Amino acid sequence: MSEITFDSGTAVLDLSYLLAAVLFVVGLKMLSKPKKARAGNLWAGAGMLLAMITTLLFHKDSMGNQIAWENAMLIIITIILATVIGWIIAKKVRMTAMPQLVSFYNATGGAASGLVALIEYGNPGNSSLMVTLLGMVVGNIAFSGSMIAYGKLDGWIRDWVYRSMKYINIFMLLVNTSLIVTIMMPGIDPSVAQTLVYILYGISLAYGILFVMPIGGADMPVVISLLNSLTGIAAAMAGFIYNNQAMILGGILVGAAGTILTILMCRAMNRSLWNVIIGGFGASAKPGTVQEEGIIREISVSDSAILLNFSQKVVIIPGYGLAAAQAQHICSELDRMLELRGVDVRYAIHPVAGRMPGHMNVLLAEANVSYEKLIEMDHINPDMEHVDIAVIIGANDVVNPAAIDDPSSPIYGMPIIQAYKAKNIIVIKRGMGKGYAAIENKLFYNEKTRMLFGNAREVLQKLVEELKGMA
Amino acid sequence: MENLLQFFFTYRQEIFILVLAIFLGIEVISHVPSVLHTPLMSGANAISGVIIIGGIILLGHADVTRFSATMVIGVLAVFLATLNVAGGFVVTNRMLEMFSKKKIKK
Repeated sequence: MSEITFDSGTAVLDLSYLLAAVLFVVGLKMLSKPKKARAGNLWAGAGMLLAMITTLLFHKDSMGNQIAWENAMLIIITIILATVIGWIIAKKVRMTAMPQLVSFYNATGGAASGLVALIEYGNPGNSSLMVTLLGMVVGNIAFSGSMIAYGKLDGWIRDWVYRSMKYINIFMLLVNTSLIVTIMMPGIDPSVAQTLVYILYGISLAYGILFVMPIGGADMPVVISLLNSLTGIAAAMAGFIYNNQAMILGGILVGAAGTILTILMCRAMNRSLWNVIIGGFGASAKPGTVQEEGIIREISVSDSAILLNFSQKVVIIPGYGLAAAQAQHICSELDRMLELRGVDVRYAIHPVAGRMPGHMNVLLAEANVSYEKLIEMDHINPDMEHVDIAVIIGANDVVNPAAIDDPSSPIYGMPIIQAYKAKNIIVIKRGMGKGYAAIENKLFYNEKTRMLFGNAREVLQKLVEELKGMA
Repeated sequence: MENLLQFFFTYRQEIFILVLAIFLGIEVISHVPSVLHTPLMSGANAISGVIIIGGIILLGHADVTRFSATMVIGVLAVFLATLNVAGGFVVTNRMLEMFSKKKIKK
């Protein structure tokens, strides 16, 4: 193994891995700059394609055999099939369903890592069993966890909180660890070890499910980001099996970047990562401990239109309700209409508005809202008191003043958009239901607040028509 | 302890890469505006599909002349990893397309 014989195929392969690794780093770096992001994505994609092609052409196993043509054909057919399917899904999906889709693709990557590790464990040439098992466990957790996150975001899986969940999850982790230790024991019967590996495979899948199941509410973006970094780590572990630098670098790069992103998001919500994982948002919140009593003041569509028409500064605060109702296009139309009448319209974007950080920006960009009208929370808050009307569309927790003045609230300390400072507040909402975090919002009882009940798209549509009639 | 040292020795180059890549990942991401969080997450997700290389190697050296569990799982792994890679890059591109449209007007 230690003797180095020159082999031009392997040299080309390693060179292409180096190039791919550089492209991953450069691509990721460019992805964090608005102007270069798109090119960055393409560069990273090119790096991946390069590594795939050269692996097919030049990879040799430990015996020095290249990939046989019938294997290559099978691989190419599989890749083409999956590319077509992945491409179509990615092109067809609605922009509002983007978070689910990212979660789904993350699940497929995790599943692939788990499967590769499962097979490679039985490979006699594999000298890194420990890392293989770790990769399998991490990949499986990312897989089943992402599928649950996908189901939750898509609305067909509900939060499931059970009291003893903390202990069950810790117990599951202990079982995972002790299984790995047992399998790694010297002198263990290989067939027993193989059986234990299958059990470990199943238990790590179950752990992923139990881990994400109770986490709900505002924490879903954090969880997706965390699972994303786990998939990266699993891929890197598999890189050890093959002594493959491109896999290790690509995987760990995503692992580290995903972890940082996760921490940034936690900070935006003023919560610790540990709190998210162990606490479970819904579990720690006792909904309705402080029942808000007060008067709800409704407003009609026509009154809202008049109010908007005669104001000077309007700030729209969008939330998931806007996305769920597919109201981004009509919202943009309302905005243009008001602009024509000399009203200054801007959007206040909370870092975790929607179901994923930056989700609102993507949606509004889709509806052709100009980029410079999207104002980040920290920049809009100092100006909020000069705003004539704050229009809150399907947002709830991100404008809840309890985050500032109610220490007993589960969202206490989370930075919010200070809509309550505006001179008037219009809240467009389907009903008096609570937000995703299931807590009362005292803003709705504020004397400056007027409620405009209805589906966001229908209400905005009526507002636009009303404004047209006023011309 | 002996085992750990041996592991480190065998994989010292890989471990170097791993440790340096952690710092690189942190450095590359640290100043990203929240506007780009979703595309960035999605793009990073596509890169984590690098397990496709492992899938190709696995299936590439598997015995495909007869039907076996390894073959089936290998095909499945390549299929799933490709979904991750192709879908991930396309969806990221679609998101970013919307931003760049606006950029030109600016």
